[in-house]
Amino acid sequence: MAHPRRKRTGAAAFVGVAALALTACGGNGDSDSGDGGDAAAGSSEIDCSVYEQFGDLSGTSVSTYSSILSPESDAYEAAFVPFEDCTGVDVQPEWSSEFEAQIVVRVQSGNAPDIAFFPQPGLLQTVVRDTGSVLPVFEETEAVIDENFSEDWKAYGTVDGTYYGFPNSSNSKSFVWYSPGAFADAGYEVPETWEDLIALSDQIVADNPDGSVKPWCAGIGSGDATGWPVTDWVEDKMLRDQGADYYDQWVNHDVPFNAPESLAVWEEVGSILRNEEYVNGGFGNVQTIASTTFQDGGLPILDGSCFMYKMASFYAANWPEGTNVAEDGDVFAFYFPANEGATEKPVLVGSEFLAAFEDRPEVRAFTTYLASADYANLRAKEGFGFVSANLNLDVNNVESPISKLAAEQFQDPSALIRFDGADLMPGAVGSGSFWREATAWIAEGKDTQDVLDAIEQSWP
Amino acid sequence: MAPLSDIKSPERAGASTDDAEARAQTTPVSKSALAVGIVMILVFVGVVGIIAASFFSAVPEISWPSFLVDSSTTLEKLGLMTFVVLLFVGVMALLLFMVDSRKRVPNWTVAIAFVGPALAALLLGLIWPGVSTIIQSFYGRSPWSDPERSEFVGFDNFATLFTTSEFQVVLRNTMIWVILVPLVAVGLGLLYAVLIDRTRGEAVSKGLIFLPMAISLVGASIIWRFIYEYRAPARPQIGLANQILIWLGLDPYQFLLNSPWNTVFLIVVMVWIQTGFAMTIISAAIKAIPDDIIEAARLDGVSGLRMFRYVTIPSIRPALLVVWVTITMTTLKVFDIVRTMTGGNFQTSVVANEFYTQSFRQFDFGLGAALAVLLFVIVIPVVVYQVRQLRLSEDIR
Repeated sequence: MAHPRRKRTGAAAFVGVAALALTACGGNGDSDSGDGGDAAAGSSEIDCSVYEQFGDLSGTSVSTYSSILSPESDAYEAAFVPFEDCTGVDVQPEWSSEFEAQIVVRVQSGNAPDIAFFPQPGLLQTVVRDTGSVLPVFEETEAVIDENFSEDWKAYGTVDGTYYGFPNSSNSKSFVWYSPGAFADAGYEVPETWEDLIALSDQIVADNPDGSVKPWCAGIGSGDATGWPVTDWVEDKMLRDQGADYYDQWVNHDVPFNAPESLAVWEEVGSILRNEEYVNGGFGNVQTIASTTFQDGGLPILDGSCFMYKMASFYAANWPEGTNVAEDGDVFAFYFPANEGATEKPVLVGSEFLAAFEDRPEVRAFTTYLASADYANLRAKEGFGFVSANLNLDVNNVESPISKLAAEQFQDPSALIRFDGADLMPGAVGSGSFWREATAWIAEGKDTQDVLDAIEQSWP
Repeated sequence: MAPLSDIKSPERAGASTDDAEARAQTTPVSKSALAVGIVMILVFVGVVGIIAASFFSAVPEISWPSFLVDSSTTLEKLGLMTFVVLLFVGVMALLLFMVDSRKRVPNWTVAIAFVGPALAALLLGLIWPGVSTIIQSFYGRSPWSDPERSEFVGFDNFATLFTTSEFQVVLRNTMIWVILVPLVAVGLGLLYAVLIDRTRGEAVSKGLIFLPMAISLVGASIIWRFIYEYRAPARPQIGLANQILIWLGLDPYQFLLNSPWNTVFLIVVMVWIQTGFAMTIISAAIKAIPDDIIEAARLDGVSGLRMFRYVTIPSIRPALLVVWVTITMTTLKVFDIVRTMTGGNFQTSVVANEFYTQSFRQFDFGLGAALAVLLFVIVIPVVVYQVRQLRLSEDIR
């Protein structure tokens, strides 16, 4: 008698587990459906008539996939609501920390999202070339983009001559973080030119002969992306020393990576990053730049062990809670200065890009919304350091002072905007050898020419 | 080899041959074996059911009921579950009918019914992905199943692995890992097991060494990254290792940065985890040495080191081998420690980490597959050696 009973419990247990697993999956679908779909058209915040051209969309849904995580994702969801109210489309976002590893796999297995938020255009390029599943920007969306973005931005979302992606959130990399208070106490001025910047660095060294306080601190650690902050340094300096034309050639590999011009730029960057007198305040010698994460890199500014940290505008989120990020606050950033006599203001930018995988009216409507000034303004109001390169973004809607500064840079007519070159280079270089060799350059003191030769050799 | 009595014993009757009726009626042992078998089948049918469900969505030309293809709501998922459960019940009923029926059912039908699902699951879940990976290793960066983009490159991927200096470092590191980790972990485990054998507080001392086993590799890596943390000499250290150096009057050291020693410091983490495992198995083996052997050796005047060399080691040789091979295989697959502690930077990458980087960061699936195949090829001799040694020791018994 005992045996049949044992058999039955075994089977029952398995069925029970299966039921649990399935209901657990079911939960997801439920939580997303329900809201959104039933909302009636005609909300007040945005002009709904724009979306009438796409027909009656109520009851449809659009899925998005992104590497943005909570709580920042909440700000996005809030900015999607007016669109949902207008059209009745249910936007189903998916936020994943595994985006970069998963997106190619998902697309190749036929499970692509409707719209993906690519953290950099390099990944967009990879997905376009490796899967062929990305759709060109829809014409309705492109019309809106033409109203809102400068022509340059089209080039960054173009792969092999086809226009695929348009920017979402952008950031300016041409910033140097500092403490206004510490500068005032020591009697230092914010430098206006590269020459001033070097003079200031020397001044700080001279004022602190015991070496306990350094002019610069730096950190390039970032898991398997370690080394990327160095690429920002090189790019920013390349843009300043060699000009925009050379920069474009350099990014497109029309000039060799190990050309003498390039070497000169690296040596200039090395005069700061590999200079034991200048770095690495609060951490130790040059080597410590490689073992310090970029998130920690600027923190010694707060305790006065270093004065300056070059990092993009998004670094505002990395200061400890309670730090006042403002021109008259605890920390702020100044523009990474141009060379003496420069007529333009070179600005290095980075951005997320949006691209679609499915062509349905509701997807067209949503990408059109995401390109609009309405979205840029609504999303900016939600904060989390959001800045858009959207020219019709009202700077007053941008929440933080540093993001405002970035937005002003984007809209400044004298700005010479260029995109982060490493993101535009082929993945084997831009997110491979460039990072790796830059890390070796710092951590192992590898010879500059050897570094450039190795990167040149890795170019596919 | 098998003696005749074995075949006739009731335990083996279920497995032996043709008389289904006698089996069902007389032998309780075979019935419980049957029950276990049926539960196994349920599991396999479940797996096959899930694979079948994904197959439905892969063949869109046929209009399957929506709950099979795309079950997004809870109701549809329950429907899918019911379907799979019914599939179980159907297959089970068929099996039971076949087993219980008075008529003779051909043996091969029963055999297929039992082995078939397992084979299918193996084929779909293990063999096919393996073959696919091997094929991919001869192709370029795109999946070989995509004829528009993939191109056949022959042995180019492997040539890259062996001729590029960056990959040579990876291979060198993997070799260091595979040699050092089993050697040190088994050595320390053996030493510890012998030293604490039959001492007071044995359980506690064993527990202390075994504890790290309970920590995940990523958790252990994070702990050790803090231990190795570096701060400038003039500043307060937050890493234990560097604080000890300071107490000894030395300068703090960049444990994770300076190649090639940084690889050794990563290996320390693996050894820390694996020593407990080695110690436990070896200790159990030592306790299993029959007392009469030890007594006989004592009477012959053997003691101390000689006892260890001539009695203990030969007696626990099979256990040592198992531990050695298991740790070697774990080490070959090491990924978590490298990824968490250095991200493969500073010349610390190993094959498994590089495989991930190439496949899912660079999206060079060809090179990634070649690395996976290389790992596979390295593991084969280890497995073969283990199986042969186990057979050998069974023969001796």
